[in-house]
Amino acid sequence: MENMKLKLRIWRQGGKYPKGQFVEYPLDGVNDHMSFLEMLDVLNEKLISQKEDPIAFEHDCREGICGTCSLVINGYPHGPMQQTTACQLHMRNFRDGETITIEPWRSRAFPIVKDLVVNRDAFDRIIQAGGYISIDTGQAQDGNAIPIEKDQASHAFDAATCIGCGACVAACPNASAMLFLGAKVSHLAQVPQGKVEAETRVQRMVHQHDVEGFGQCSNITACEAECPKGISVEHIARLNRQYIASTIGSEKVAN
Amino acid sequence: MTSWFAKFLTSSIGKKVIMSLTGLFLISFLLVHLLGNLQLILAQDQGQTFNEYAYFMTHNPVIKFLSYGLYAFILIHAIQGLLLAYNNRKARGDQRYAVKVDRTAGASKSSIYMGSLGTVILIFIVIHMAQFWLQMKLGNTEMVVYDEEPVKDLYTLVAAVYQNIGFVIFYVVAMIFIAFHLWHGFQSAWQTLGLNHKKYTPLIKAVGYVYSVLIPLGFAAIPVIMFLRQQ
Repeated sequence: MENMKLKLRIWRQGGKYPKGQFVEYPLDGVNDHMSFLEMLDVLNEKLISQKEDPIAFEHDCREGICGTCSLVINGYPHGPMQQTTACQLHMRNFRDGETITIEPWRSRAFPIVKDLVVNRDAFDRIIQAGGYISIDTGQAQDGNAIPIEKDQASHAFDAATCIGCGACVAACPNASAMLFLGAKVSHLAQVPQGKVEAETRVQRMVHQHDVEGFGQCSNITACEAECPKGISVEHIARLNRQYIASTIGSEKVAN
Repeated sequence: MTSWFAKFLTSSIGKKVIMSLTGLFLISFLLVHLLGNLQLILAQDQGQTFNEYAYFMTHNPVIKFLSYGLYAFILIHAIQGLLLAYNNRKARGDQRYAVKVDRTAGASKSSIYMGSLGTVILIFIVIHMAQFWLQMKLGNTEMVVYDEEPVKDLYTLVAAVYQNIGFVIFYVVAMIFIAFHLWHGFQSAWQTLGLNHKKYTPLIKAVGYVYSVLIPLGFAAIPVIMFLRQQ
């Protein structure tokens, strides 16, 4: 369809502190081959030509791999299609004449920067707390020198597909970041390189998660349903196992 | 309590472990409670079996000890649950979503309403205990003599309450809330403890669903049958 007409209800907020509100924008001439972000580009071009403030939204690769786009569309993080980022969502999934409500991620730990842009530094600080492997620089080791079973490598890779977009937090009724945290901990806990620091890593990362003010997981699995990479809550179970075993069973006391 | 242990219990995973372990204890209590209470309708002896059972449960030192643990676990589960609900509400931020959806992957929709379901159940427990437990403790029950031993006639007290259709409906509705709470709670408790396993999780879920239907159904049958028998 060449000429979709839409009514967009978009959250506008000048910055972290000013009060925001929804503003309605009618938009004509939307092509159903457009991605959702291209549709917003069209709206912004229109706003700029009218000397109005364009809508601030985040985007980078527009290929579904960078985790930058962060829109709650009609209540669904990244829109109603599952295992899709907002940039890979196309307008053919919407009806002509539809009212589309666009909101930012809502989390105390993700303060709004402007309009639909939120600050996700909290995720970076969780990674800084332990989501890495300490290695000396030098020659890259031969991959085959580190034996790992194929199934386990695949499980680790399932967790590693997390793009850190924060849709899990946005979707969770408790605004918990357990799926992100679970994916990061589970990824490194399953590969030989990550096992070395696993016990301190899990304690430090869980602590940082709590410091940031995310909520607590009650196994609702809305995160898995909205995760653009379809990461399973089984990684949260592995995180819980790791955390319980590390705090209760190991001699390590991090932080 | 050493600091590492306090840190564990106050971490977001530790808080959920407390919910999980107290929840599992309460789940096992439900079965014991049901098996005992079924004597209200199974033994057709004007309540002698039930009253003697109630006497045993209130006088055996081991069971008395366990009952204090039970009261504590109910309180911990309820208070921790309310604190978590409050904290999780705060974690969303001041502005809530304008459009609300409830899509989940592996869990049922009742997972979203555990706090509300739990609050209703807590109110039910307060009323339920005020109605029977407190009356017995205050000595508002008649005495009945079996084999020259005076025993509190809890059966007559229960039977009197279940003559009131309003209370029968109240108990049946409360059991529906418990069923929905268990529907998520049973399997969620194991996930929190880290038990998510290709071999065991399907079994846990199946047992959980059967348990969360059969146990409340058994409880609900007691007031209904006692009401019908007295008509």
